[in-house]
Amino acid sequence: MSWWKRLKHGISTPTKEKKETPEGLWYNCPTCKNVVTAEEHTTNLWVCSSCDYHDKIGSAEYFEVLLDSGKFRELNPSLSSADPLEFEDTKKYINRLADSQEKTKLRDAIRTVSGKINEEKVMLACMDFRFIGGSMGAVVGEKISRAIDYCLRYNTPLIIISKSGGARMMEAAYSLMQMAKTSAKLTLLSKAKIPYISVLTDPTTGGVTASFAMLGDLNIAEPGALIGFAGPRVVKETIGKDLPEGFQTSEFVLEHGFLDFIVKRSELKEKITLALTMFRN
Amino acid sequence: MPTLLDFEEPIGTLLEQLEQAKNIAEESDVDVSTPVRELEKKIKEKRKEIFETLTPWQRVQVSRHPDRPYTLAYIEHITQGRFLELHGDRNVKDDKAMIGGFGMVDEQTVMFIGQQKGINTKMRQFRNFGMANPEGYRKALRLMKLAEKFNKPIVTFIDTPGAYPGLEAEERGQGEAIARNLYEMVQLEVPIMCIIIGEGASGGALGIAIGDKICMLENTWYSVISPESCSSILWRSWEQKEKAAEALKLTAQDMLSNKLVDCIIKEPIGGAHANHENVFERVKAEIKKSLAKLQEMEPEKRIEKRIKKFCSMGVFQE
Repeated sequence: MSWWKRLKHGISTPTKEKKETPEGLWYNCPTCKNVVTAEEHTTNLWVCSSCDYHDKIGSAEYFEVLLDSGKFRELNPSLSSADPLEFEDTKKYINRLADSQEKTKLRDAIRTVSGKINEEKVMLACMDFRFIGGSMGAVVGEKISRAIDYCLRYNTPLIIISKSGGARMMEAAYSLMQMAKTSAKLTLLSKAKIPYISVLTDPTTGGVTASFAMLGDLNIAEPGALIGFAGPRVVKETIGKDLPEGFQTSEFVLEHGFLDFIVKRSELKEKITLALTMFRN
Repeated sequence: MPTLLDFEEPIGTLLEQLEQAKNIAEESDVDVSTPVRELEKKIKEKRKEIFETLTPWQRVQVSRHPDRPYTLAYIEHITQGRFLELHGDRNVKDDKAMIGGFGMVDEQTVMFIGQQKGINTKMRQFRNFGMANPEGYRKALRLMKLAEKFNKPIVTFIDTPGAYPGLEAEERGQGEAIARNLYEMVQLEVPIMCIIIGEGASGGALGIAIGDKICMLENTWYSVISPESCSSILWRSWEQKEKAAEALKLTAQDMLSNKLVDCIIKEPIGGAHANHENVFERVKAEIKKSLAKLQEMEPEKRIEKRIKKFCSMGVFQE
């Protein structure tokens, strides 16, 4: 029994009288519903000031957060997928690619850049979840492979920021083999004793977790990120029960021994700098 | 009667007729040798006709045929029983979905590793339907390192619907376990041969499928996802599995044309399940031939070639 009885059900405001807030002026935190201006949200590195929720951001934002004065030189910026299988589901893969490129202004789900982090030269690869769920196809594999070639050539540390749903289904077995390709390339980096820091962000799952993301000399993650192999929905279907609270979060993965530490976005640059200094000394 | 798949129905009808003819012969003195011979010939022809034009989805069905031989059956036959199964990952437990051990292929010791499916309901559960947990991948890696230490070549048999997507699997780091295997297998100093004998589903398959020579049996599939799951994700329905199987280019022939595997091992007409002995012999012959060739190469050269091969996979435009 409630105290008040609602007389009219549903939304009764006519569309005409609906108050519109212009897009992009405010940020509404999806977890604690705290509202701040978009500007404040940006200054706070896209992290909720009240509950510390780390909002999903793209490569452009990470470059801004990590690189000295936001400056970088991008490698192979025009590399894009060739659709070797002429894949078609409800939509043609080439159309899906074109739409995604149009919408995001990106060529594929990863960008690789050289830049400096507190004066230290690094090769930074960062995935974009907005591009077909950050999925790994031949372009992601090839760009990581070439980034590693760069690291080997100039003796530069490698940092990869992962944010991906896994392998890209539309490239089928080609995308599966990118797991092998990136892992194979990392053995060369290892042999040359060049450090590789893997940063796992929300979300990192599937074939990306099962290849380069878990193979860092350091595996670190942002707080509260979803990290796993199988997606939570699949695990839930498998066990036929609700998942325990905090399952597959960064904290859970740290607790089970697969991360070195968790780092807030505001401390990411500082911690990476410290780690790189320690590797170099 | 053998288990028949839906598209094998015409053969089923003929088999029934054959049985009837034989029954008549038993019950009376009528000579049925001519019709029996004719029927047998017809069955053979029909089977050939059907199996020569299998669609991708039909091949997926054949790859999952309940009478198809599984890993241990291959090993048992190839080694003629001279096989020492080894257990455990030395950390958590022994994964029953991943088996391995030393076996003798004529006079050559080989480390055999593979996913194992069960032959009946009880065994299927015991083997977790061929879906390994992280400890399975770690057991496989332990055995591979053992092989490397004693300079023995490795042969892996791949037959899995995927790595197990369970709660404990996540807790124990399924992703890390597979990633570690890819990373370590790339640099193993001994020759590695991988044979897909049934289903090659995604990372769960790839986790033991990094090698110098990757072969697929004729009626198997290998891809990033099963056609059913692909259909459910991309078409949002389980009904488009035939289309998905088509689109994924997951058959042995497609995989070979796309240079994602190195060879195809032919199956007898009617599929591997129709004649186990025959397929065991073909696989054994391929293993002997390939290992002899791989062993001629220097380890460094082999590793370099292995890395190059995987790094050349992928099509893109500049």
